[in-house]
Amino acid sequence: MSENNQREAVFPTRMALTNTKNRLKGAQTGHSLLAKKRDALMIRFRAILKKVEEAKLKMGKVMQVAAFSLAEVNYVAGDISYQVQESAKRPQLTVKAKQENVSGVTLPGFEIEREQSNEFSLTGLGRGGQKIQKCKETYAKAIETLVELASLQTAFMILDDVIRVTNRRVNAIEHVVLPKLENTIKYINSELDEMDREEFFRLKKIQSKKKKGGDSEQDTIDQGEYTQDQAGGADILDQGKDEDVIF
Amino acid sequence: MATKRTLIAAIGDDDTITGLLLAGIGNVDEGSEKKQSNFYVHEQHAQLSVLEDHFRQFTQEREDIAILLINQHIAELIRPLVEKYTQPFPALLEIPSKEHPYDPEKDTILKRVQKLVGD
Repeated sequence: MSENNQREAVFPTRMALTNTKNRLKGAQTGHSLLAKKRDALMIRFRAILKKVEEAKLKMGKVMQVAAFSLAEVNYVAGDISYQVQESAKRPQLTVKAKQENVSGVTLPGFEIEREQSNEFSLTGLGRGGQKIQKCKETYAKAIETLVELASLQTAFMILDDVIRVTNRRVNAIEHVVLPKLENTIKYINSELDEMDREEFFRLKKIQSKKKKGGDSEQDTIDQGEYTQDQAGGADILDQGKDEDVIF
Repeated sequence: MATKRTLIAAIGDDDTITGLLLAGIGNVDEGSEKKQSNFYVHEQHAQLSVLEDHFRQFTQEREDIAILLINQHIAELIRPLVEKYTQPFPALLEIPSKEHPYDPEKDTILKRVQKLVGD
């Protein structure tokens, strides 16, 4: 059976026809809904795509500025990396997940949360304290950009997946389910038509028989002979004596 | 699904990590016997296996990390591992470092973006 004339295994009855028609209608509604969902997601996706590209380029600049301010700190206060890495204990910058709904898809996003305490207030106490505080601010801003980018990116990845799934469903309905149902309906219709024609022909035949017969007696005899001929036998004993067989 | 994830983790060179820590992303768990931090400084000649271990730890084992920042030139060292990573959480973000300016060509995500836009 080729892909084009697949149909469901149903008996060609009127009830099956009604059922299949209902299912076809349902599938069509589902198809249009899914297509709409896909379009809505696509619009969203394009917007995010654009933003991701912009944010990535912006990130490059922001990180450059941040790196420069760190270089300033290194110049003024000397190497503070060891001190900073050892004194890091508790995070002041954390993120909180928030959720957004786009046509039934939850898109996560991150929001930055900042604690006001200052862990490194003693770093650079001797010299360069101001530069260090400035550098800290710069990096905090850079991280804000990064977090924004991360939420965009996560949304991008999830949307990408969802769009793929939706596309697959739309295509499956369009190219498999709908043709199958249509074929089934066509098949049932043709079978029903065939049955109609048979019925019609039978009625015609009976009618013509009745007309031709005229008086009913003749008709019954005719029919009697007919059935006996059809049966082919039952009277072999009546055929009289057979001739002798001579070898 | 991501309510527990609050931390920003980082893998990078000395300068990048210092800056990020200065801004206050650092978190060190002192409770466990092994000091578990959410950042890892990759020295230039350190073993790749250690880097890979940290990457795996941050992306798969730990469940409190929302975003993982990684220097692009370091991501380049473990590119196959990075490319294979497709989970939405934690979000993986490649960032430029001081010596290595940002190159959009190498970014896994941007590559996908470009493929979808259809150059």
